Amino acid sequence: MKYLGITLERPKIGVFDFTGCEGCQLQIANKEETLTDLFGLVEVVNFREISSERRNDYEVAFVEGSITTDNEVARLKKIRIQAKILVAMGACACLGGVNNLRSRFPLPDVVKEVYGGHPVDTGPVRKVTEVVPVDIELPGCPISKPEFEWVVRHLVLGIEPQFPKYPVCVECKQRLNSCVLDMGMMCLGPITRAGCNAVCPRNRFGCWGCRGPSDEANFKSLMEILGERGFSEEHISERINFFNAFSGLSQ
Amino acid sequence: MNVKIGRPINIEIDHLSRVEGHGDIRIRIENGKLVECTWKVVETPRFFEVMFKGLSIEMAPLLAARICGICSISHALASARAIERALKIEIPEPAQKVRLLAKHAETLQSHTLHLFFLVAPDFLDVDSVIPLIQTHPQVVETAARIKGFANRASDLFAGRTTHPMVIKVGGSTQVPRKRQLKELVKDLDATIPYLWKALDLFKSFRMPDFARETEFVSLRGTEEYPFIGGNLVSSDGICKKEDEYRAMTNEYVVDFSTSKFSRLSRESFAVGALARFNNNYDLLHPKAKETAEELNLKLGEHNPFFYNLAQLVECFHVMYESKEIILSLIDSAISEFASHYRVKGCEGVGAVEAPRGILYHYYRIGEDGKIEKSDCVIPTSQNHVNIYYDLHKQVEELIGQGKGEEEIRNLSQMLVRAYDPCISCSVH
Ligand code: SF4
Ligand code: SF4
Repeated sequence: MKYLGITLERPKIGVFDFTGCEGCQLQIANKEETLTDLFGLVEVVNFREISSERRNDYEVAFVEGSITTDNEVARLKKIRIQAKILVAMGACACLGGVNNLRSRFPLPDVVKEVYGGHPVDTGPVRKVTEVVPVDIELPGCPISKPEFEWVVRHLVLGIEPQFPKYPVCVECKQRLNSCVLDMGMMCLGPITRAGCNAVCPRNRFGCWGCRGPSDEANFKSLMEILGERGFSEEHISERINFFNAFSGLSQ
Repeated sequence: MNVKIGRPINIEIDHLSRVEGHGDIRIRIENGKLVECTWKVVETPRFFEVMFKGLSIEMAPLLAARICGICSISHALASARAIERALKIEIPEPAQKVRLLAKHAETLQSHTLHLFFLVAPDFLDVDSVIPLIQTHPQVVETAARIKGFANRASDLFAGRTTHPMVIKVGGSTQVPRKRQLKELVKDLDATIPYLWKALDLFKSFRMPDFARETEFVSLRGTEEYPFIGGNLVSSDGICKKEDEYRAMTNEYVVDFSTSKFSRLSRESFAVGALARFNNNYDLLHPKAKETAEELNLKLGEHNPFFYNLAQLVECFHVMYESKEIILSLIDSAISEFASHYRVKGCEGVGAVEAPRGILYHYYRIGEDGKIEKSDCVIPTSQNHVNIYYDLHKQVEELIGQGKGEEEIRNLSQMLVRAYDPCISCSVH
């Protein structure tokens, strides 16, 4: 790629999946309008879901999903050794995501409920940072395609991406949405990191925090407001814990 | 038979590419005899049935969506439907229409992804869609146009393409405005010519010559080609009610796979586009029937490679039917799109035709509106055994024809891909 006579690097990227729904990697293949440009900017050398080509000379690794087996731990460690930059992609990878909902129950009971007496290879749910160091956390369930492209552009230019520090509420106001909290719905928009363009409130459903906490999130104050509006503690905690996004704040 | 006794053939494919999730193929041929042929699912289980436990019904469709990144709309719909049938909630007609439109958008999106990104590279002899950007730009443009439309339709009817939030217990969080519907009709009209281009492309591909008779299981429509709810039928003559799904799936666990397996009248059965086509041919849109004829896809087809063509036929069906539904929404006055309900202890089943075949969700709900027990039966887990037997038969035939390792390897991968398996979904 050449711009104003300057050749920019065309980084080699790999996309890898662990325990998740593959919804995040699907977003990468999803916006066909810009796909050609994207593949001009980077060289995809390993992306099993869409390609049979498999090389191990990637420089940037995008990792989707939580880590739940020893096998996955080993695979992830290998990827970490190869990759110069490791991007954890999506709520499962960054936070544990919905997978954490099973951590409410003891592991042997979990296996028994689904597989009876059959042995299956599984373990506790871990986010990627619990296994290897992560360079960039790309939030969301699923990730947003424009944000993925934005991160790629930063990588190509060698600039560290700065994610929005402000909460979803700001984007909601920018889009002139009606406030769903005012409409009587529960919403975690005031404490959740923006960047999704407030897609849930936009569609008349309160945010439930898939992108994790915003900077300086005033957790306590939102809890008070939700309590005053008559939401039960149980109801609030179900929302808060859905993606395991606020475990640091809620204690 | 022309058996060539050559050197042993050992095919080991780890994590088959261009499918959703992780599966391995192992084929071993010695002295011209097939000694091992397996299709192994190695996906790590996620235990969704446990995750649902104790969750309020309001959140169930949202969690259900996360079972699968490709067919999240189907999961949300099956989940909401199971709860609505349990609580006997009638959802308002506009919400029903919006749900079917969301479903159609997903079908179009998922089939296009499969046909162009996962299947076409095999027929054009490349590793992926990426080199086609240089060599076959018109193919990539066709795919991009159709999928682009499907994405915009999903955004409008489900909130986004993956993990919808618009589908909620009782109906919809909202319905699109008429202005948006009118714009989408224009968009749809502009996309139709690309579907015909896709037809020309797939007409030029020769599907491998292979067939194995099997039992096809799907929903059966009464007046419409089925997508959401209805009776469960098989081509061997079985007909069951939606609530009797267990008698249709008979799931069992095997040692070599983290996905459960299913059987009905025979050792295996098949679900998905070809099953729907064979069980509901009479209900296809006339344009879809026309497409089938052009593709030489006939009622009673048992060649699994024709799954690809049945998907294309369904793309035509959902596209033309969507237009009719959108026009009827534009013409109707919409006031209500969600019903109120009260929770009570009960249980219910919801069946929908996901892009890859029939999908069931079951929940038992407690007096407090919390889920006590759940069960999800995924299309791909119903197809695994069928894939296994197909693979076996195909390899034996190829050995009989004296084919070499390269061809056996390619055709085996293409066979599995034809089913469009969604493995992480099958090991949910
Ligand atoms: S973060 Fe969400 S979309 Fe991404 S893999 Fe996990 S469940 Fe799927
Ligand atoms: S609104 Fe909240 S839950 Fe929805 S995508 Fe944004 S951060 Fe995630």
